[in-house]
Amino acid sequence: MKKSMLSTNKLIFEYIRRDEEGNVESIARALDEVSLEVKRGEFVAILGHNGSGKSTVAKHINALLSPTEGTVIVNGMDTKDEEHLWDIRRSAGMVFQNPDNQIIATVVEEDVAFGPENIGVPTEEIWRRVEESLTAVGMTAYRSHSPNKLSGGQKQRVAIAGIMAMRPECIILDEPTAMLDPVGRKEVMRTVHELNKNEGVTILLITHYMDEVIDADRVIVMDGGKVVMQGTPKEIFSQVERLKEYRLDVPQVTELAYELKKEGVPLPDGILTVQEFKTAYCAAKAKLEGAFV
Amino acid sequence: MIETEAKNRDLRECMVLDHVNYVYGAGTAYEKHALQDINLVLQSGEFIGLIGHTGSGKSTLVQHLNGLVAPTSGHIYYKGNDIGAADYNKKELRSKVGLVFQYPEHQLFETTVVKDVAFGPKNMGLSGLEADMRTFAALKEAGIGEELYDASPFELSGGQKRRVAIAGVLAMQPDILILDEPTAGLDPRGRDEILDRIAQIHREGNRTIILVSHSMEDVARYASRLIVMNGGRIFADGTPKEIFDAYQELEGIGLAAPQVTYLSEALKSAGISLPQNATTIEEAKELLLADWKGGRR
Repeated sequence: MKKSMLSTNKLIFEYIRRDEEGNVESIARALDEVSLEVKRGEFVAILGHNGSGKSTVAKHINALLSPTEGTVIVNGMDTKDEEHLWDIRRSAGMVFQNPDNQIIATVVEEDVAFGPENIGVPTEEIWRRVEESLTAVGMTAYRSHSPNKLSGGQKQRVAIAGIMAMRPECIILDEPTAMLDPVGRKEVMRTVHELNKNEGVTILLITHYMDEVIDADRVIVMDGGKVVMQGTPKEIFSQVERLKEYRLDVPQVTELAYELKKEGVPLPDGILTVQEFKTAYCAAKAKLEGAFV
Repeated sequence: MIETEAKNRDLRECMVLDHVNYVYGAGTAYEKHALQDINLVLQSGEFIGLIGHTGSGKSTLVQHLNGLVAPTSGHIYYKGNDIGAADYNKKELRSKVGLVFQYPEHQLFETTVVKDVAFGPKNMGLSGLEADMRTFAALKEAGIGEELYDASPFELSGGQKRRVAIAGVLAMQPDILILDEPTAGLDPRGRDEILDRIAQIHREGNRTIILVSHSMEDVARYASRLIVMNGGRIFADGTPKEIFDAYQELEGIGLAAPQVTYLSEALKSAGISLPQNATTIEEAKELLLADWKGGRR
């Protein structure tokens, strides 16, 4: 049994709005008893539409928000424990949506070095980490470039390298590709999968692009501040109708198979790729033709 | 010669681009030939998808269409008149060719939705009544309910904000509505709402639509003509079917066809030949059902 990387237990978070006198004007419950667990080395994706609460969960894991009720444990530490704040942020690094908001230095390698420098890592060690991190995201060729000349996907990879230089056990990515073009999206997703496979970094990916989650180990679906579905991509995408209720998409071939099944074509649920569709359709057809020989 | 030819064309041809080139930073180290020899005829009432990866020249091209950027060489004609002519009324052009920028909600600034949408028509110097009429017509066309009229634009959801921004452009009563990635950053439902609304504006408002998009699935579903740009040039121009049948060429420039097109090809390799490649789910469903029923005979 793999060890737990992070978990939330009945996590509740409320946004409290106050008027000028400080009286409570309204309370909005953004998270409603969210319990989830991510094991070491896993690649877990959280799917949900805008406002479903998925980013609020991410901010709790990084201790940017503190629970109204319930607990969040990261790497064995309670996020309410202020003493552990910096250890938590070091072990669970966070990548945000907009690449332009995350880069601070004027040279790529200086940006990557910022984190370790800030926590007093010795210079030689910093350079070793910068080298390793840039290699891990495939950006060594750009080490002396200015970040503002990079594409969106490249900037996100630099941001990820900056997190890697902190040697985190886990990286949380909050819609890292929402502002990127298809080429940039592919670059970033490939990088994230490589970090998971080659470096053993635990990944929690928050997204509303369904094509980014079909390679995850596990998918968690959120709606209205609650966890509403959990399972492997195949289990999740078998339930086309439910996903649509939650305002989510399914891959085109998954939807097509679902539509054809409704019309009486015997196809299995949860087809995720072109290859799977082809195999299933050919098998169904062979059976049909066999029956009429 | 070409000039008279362009002038004599049917007025239904909304916009004609004749050997348009655009170079920026000429003579400096950053010189870039952003548009190279663009020739296009955009017909009135078309729904055009403009695709290409980042840096291919899509945004530069649409900025030429409403005169925000002038070509380095070549001419652009709107309804037969050269928009680069010294006496051409650029202000009117900008109201007739409405451009909705990327992340247009960043440009909302008024205290209420109605005031924000009314800013354009009021600024045109229209009378109060005329400006109000345009404002309310635009709000309706963009699908914004009355309950939101007095709300602050900043309190709305992402999709709602974007529709308010679109209403602000519609209030100018444009013939051509250009939208630069109107679905960026929206979730699937928000994306469908915006695209369905744009399709309705096209249908009912009789406007020409130019949709700049990264999503092949979206343009396949809504556009009747696709223009593909690469390296500042027109790479391909045709119906979605024509464009996606050449999916290998698209891949060569970093683009791809919709997943159902690849499925059609994969089935072909397995001996199941559909009469044509699908570009949308609806089409794939029809083709496969026909194939399935044919097999049962």
